Order: sequence, then C-alpha cells, then structure tokens
Amino acid sequence: MPVISVRDLVRTYDVGEVKVHALRGVTLDIEPGEFVAATGPSGSGKSTLMHILGCLDHPTSGQYFLDGRDVAKLTRNELADVRNNKIGFVFQGFNLLSRTSALDNVELPLLYTNTSMKSAARHKRAMAALAAVGLSERAHHHPNQLSGGQQQRVAIARALINQPSLILADEPTGNLDSRTSVEVMGIFQRLNTEQGITVLLITHEHDIAEYATRIVAFKDGRIRADDPVATRRNAETELTLLPQIA
Amino acid sequence: MSPVMTTRIALKALARNKMRTALTMLGMIIGVSAVIALVGLGNGAQARIEAQIKAGGTNLITINAGNFTANGVRGGSGVAASLSIDDVEAIKKEVANVQYITPGVNSRGQVIAGNQNWSTRVQGTDVDFPLIREWPIKYGSFFSTQDVSSAAKVAVLGKTVSEQLFGPEVDPTGQVIRVRNQPFKVIGVMGSKGQAGMGEDQDDTLFAPYTTVQKKLMGQTFIQSITVSASNADATSDVANAVSVVMRTQHKLNNGDPDDFTVRTQEDIAEIRTAALDTMTNLLAGIAGVSLIVGGIGIMNIMLVSVTERTREIGIRMAIGAKSRDVQLQFLVEAIVISLLGGGIGIALGFGMADLATRFWDFPTQVPANAVAMAFGFSAATGVIFGFYPARKAAALDPIDALRYE
Repeated sequence: MPVISVRDLVRTYDVGEVKVHALRGVTLDIEPGEFVAATGPSGSGKSTLMHILGCLDHPTSGQYFLDGRDVAKLTRNELADVRNNKIGFVFQGFNLLSRTSALDNVELPLLYTNTSMKSAARHKRAMAALAAVGLSERAHHHPNQLSGGQQQRVAIARALINQPSLILADEPTGNLDSRTSVEVMGIFQRLNTEQGITVLLITHEHDIAEYATRIVAFKDGRIRADDPVATRRNAETELTLLPQIA
Repeated sequence: MSPVMTTRIALKALARNKMRTALTMLGMIIGVSAVIALVGLGNGAQARIEAQIKAGGTNLITINAGNFTANGVRGGSGVAASLSIDDVEAIKKEVANVQYITPGVNSRGQVIAGNQNWSTRVQGTDVDFPLIREWPIKYGSFFSTQDVSSAAKVAVLGKTVSEQLFGPEVDPTGQVIRVRNQPFKVIGVMGSKGQAGMGEDQDDTLFAPYTTVQKKLMGQTFIQSITVSASNADATSDVANAVSVVMRTQHKLNNGDPDDFTVRTQEDIAEIRTAALDTMTNLLAGIAGVSLIVGGIGIMNIMLVSVTERTREIGIRMAIGAKSRDVQLQFLVEAIVISLLGGGIGIALGFGMADLATRFWDFPTQVPANAVAMAFGFSAATGVIFGFYPARKAAALDPIDALRYE
C-alpha cells in the first residue's frame, strides 16, 4: 500500500477576483521507503502539493490517502496528530522558534504528542536526535547563533524526533551553500536507506533532485514527467571528495 | 500538552518581552493596588469609628425622646417632652441588670471666667455619669447626690473648656464662672476623652447637675435623654428590650402605637455611623475597580498584538502537531499569568500603600481578607475574559496561512 496516494488533486486559490490554479489535477503514488524529488520552476505547484500532503492545506477537489486513510475525513485535531507523529517537516526557511535553544526546538513536537513523557526522557531523546545530525555540542545555542546549515540540521532533528514514517522537505537546501547542501542531502539519504523513512523532497535544483531515487517534474500544476533517477548521486562519497573547509 | 508545560512556555514567552510584559501588568497592578489601598483605608476608618464609639462602653444604652406630631407638623428627634425623671425611676425599679442610669439635659451656653469666655455644650447629668462613661476626673470631684437634689450651681468642666477659660494645666477648682450669666462654682475638671465617633470634641462640655440645668438654665421639667449601662456587655440587648417595654408602659402606649422614644445601644450607633462610610468605601473601590477593567483591556490589546506578531510561531507549532486547544491554552495562560502576576504585585503594593498611610498620616488601615481574595479572583477573571478572544483568534488560524505569514 502506498504511503501517499493522491487522485486528481486540484487546488485553486482566490486572490481577489483572479483564480490561481496551483494544482490542476495531480495523481501520484509514493511507496514506503521511496526517496522522491518533486522538481519544477516556481509556481509549478510543487510547494502547494507538499502543503496538502503535509496536512497543512486542503485540496479544492480530489482525494488524498495517507497510509490508506482518506485525509479529507480527518478532523482538525486528527490532522494535528498526523503532522505530529507521522510526518516530519523540513522547510527552506528552517522555521525554528527564535530565541529558543536548539534543544527546546527539537523537543517541541514531543510536547504536543498525546503520550505524556517525563522532561528528562524528552531531553534525552532530543539530545539523541541532535547527535544524529551531528549537533550535540550546539544543543543550547539559539538559532541566531547557528549557521544556516546547523539550523537546517536542527530542523531535521526536530522532524525526526517523533520517528515519522514520512519526511517532507520543502527546498531544504534553498538557503544553504553547496557544501552544506550536500551534507544535508547526506542526512536525508542516510535516513532513507538506514531507517527506511520515505522522503519527499521539493526542489527546483536539478542536481539536488538527483540525490533521490525518483524525480517527479511539475509544470503549471500538472505532472510533466515521472522517472527513476538513472545515475543517483551519493552525498557521502561526494563529501569525502569535497575540499575540507576550516 | 500538560498545563505545567503550557505555563512554562507562557512564562518563557513573557520573559522574552520583559518591558512589554511589565507595562501590560502595570494596568493590573494599579487597579488592584488602588482597590486594596482604598478598601484598606475605608475599613480602617470604619474600625476606628467603631472602636471610638465602643470605647464609650459596649454596655451603654441611650434612650432619646422621640419625635412628636402636633397638628400635622412633625418635630425632629428629641424635641418631644416625652421623657421625664419618672421614666428613670421606673427603669431603675423594674429593669434587671441595670448598673448605672443617668438622665441627660442638654443645652448650649456662653461661659465666662474673668476676662475669658467660651461657648460650649452644657450637659445636665447625674452622679453616675463618670461611672457610666468610665471617664476619670482630673482635678477636684464630680458633683454629689446632694448637689443634684438641691439643684446646686456647681460645674465640672471638660478639659477643653477648662483650658479655654483658665489655660492649660491649671486647676480651676473653687473658681466661679458664669454660665448664661448665672454664677457656678467649678468643683472639678474631667480627664481628656478626645474625639467622639463623628469627630466632635467630647472635652468641649460643661457638666452640671441635671436638676440645675432644668430649673436654673432652661426652665423645664422634662429630660432629653436617659443613659443606662447594663451590668455586663452580654446583657445589653436584653436590658435594651426591657427598657423599651417599661418605657411603653410608662408612656401608656397601646399595642400598635409607635414608640415616642428611641432606644439605641452603642453597637447600633456604631452601625449607623459606619454605614455611611461603608457606602463611601464601596463607591471608591468601585471606581478603582473600573481601572481593573481598563487594565484588562490593556492585556487584551497586547495579547492581540502578540498573536499577530507571533503568527509564524503559531504556524510552526501547528505544523509540528500543536492542536488548536494547545495554541489557545498557551495564549490564555499568558494572559492569566500577566493578570495574576499583576494582581499579586498589586495586592502587595496596595498593602504597602495602606501601610504608608498608617505610618506617615497615622491613618488606621485594615485590608480585609475577602478584599484580597476578591482582587485576586478578579484579576484571574480579567485574564480569562480578556485573554480569551486573542487566544481564540490564535487557535482559529489556518496552519498554512500562519506558516506563510510574513
């Protein structure tokens, strides 16, 4: 059963008197363990699709099944639960809480889970998540004391804290330099291969998309092409080839 | 999310904007402290008046002549010539637990001594008077039964009168003064009793035998008041009731006729006097209460600004799984924390202001516990009421709109 299954997804925005057709009928299946890159120029509808897939937005028409469940039938609270423990978000702008330590940012999803957890256990888990992205020693820094790459890694740790089965990454390398981009993609590849987490990566950079196993190309709200990646890039090996920066 | 976590998050958010939080709190602080201080001052004044009246003796009962109606014209209290010395005798004879009893005849008059003169209250009374009022004599002695029965022209001066006529710290006993141009021999001076409940100077009085005042000064046979003291404070109301019964028999009143006299205990008098002050205190506290509402609106205003300002934060929280009620609770708790903290500081400040008033102006203050509880409850309610709308607004945000908000 696919993790994500959408049928004829349409999303129309009313901007004053003009109607903007962000999605004009998208049908797509993503199987568990896939690493899919959605590409396309800005305005092609890929971000809108991610917001709908992430249960942040509703489609105007069409169906969306997440793990076989019809998302349209879920209540606001159930959607919040889905976002909390099934999906991990990584955004282009990091979307960390400012003036809040990296540790507290990573812990945040745990505060909204239904199962209550002791504060010490939360700390332990958040520290483990930070260690997984190589940021243990920065746990008590605030976002404005961290580089872009470090902030994005904090955001990834936050996305992972509830062990989601799906990671939605919206232009995660958009604000990062090329080396940091490779590092971040390396983390996604590792999560995908080692833990079997399904990753949907939104990007407009074709070379970034090549870290995925499958590329879905969008144009004008429709899927233009859906192909497996012929020669997949491996971030880990690339990193060893890149010159070290002090 | 647990309430403890919510509170911690709210505290962190408030700590991030200390200046703003402090200024928002100020509204509550001023409101609550004003209520506490004013109620404290009002209650203190009330307590002082009560204490002063009761200092006259909680076992005191005063009988005044009632009003009278003649040809449709109604006179004021005390003008009726309805009390007589027979009533005093009847009470003495028929009411149990009466310790002391004295009739009272009041007048005013110009008092002259040498080249000094002074207008004062002339109170005609009986020998028991100093005992009833527990009023010590400073110089000389009070007049005797002999003086009363013979309507002797003797006078005992209040401290103020004595000082006005003879100067302070002078013993005038033996001197002759003129009261309404009749010579009176000064036989004593009372100790100082100070102000009475309404601020009148009790020492500004000249005491003489009631018979003397009746016959020599006023030319009347009736008396204006009777003061009775019960043998103990607990018996006061029983004695007061018994006095009423005797008085009705004495005045031959039928069932259904209104009393032509009034019987009041000191407690009654204290109650009447403090009732007006009570109204005043409530009024002032009410006005101060309005500032609490203003403070509440201030909180709402800041919370609304805060919700707009933190729309993105709300979006992030929702994206990672915060439910509407989590967001609502977070902002509600922030409002409640501001109002409760402001209320707490306000209570402390109110106590401080009341204390200052006591220290520097010697004004007695007394903050009742229920006023504190009310102020605290009111500030909590303010937080809930004025925090609710902004919190609702935050909770109703659409996750994607909040996340995209710039």
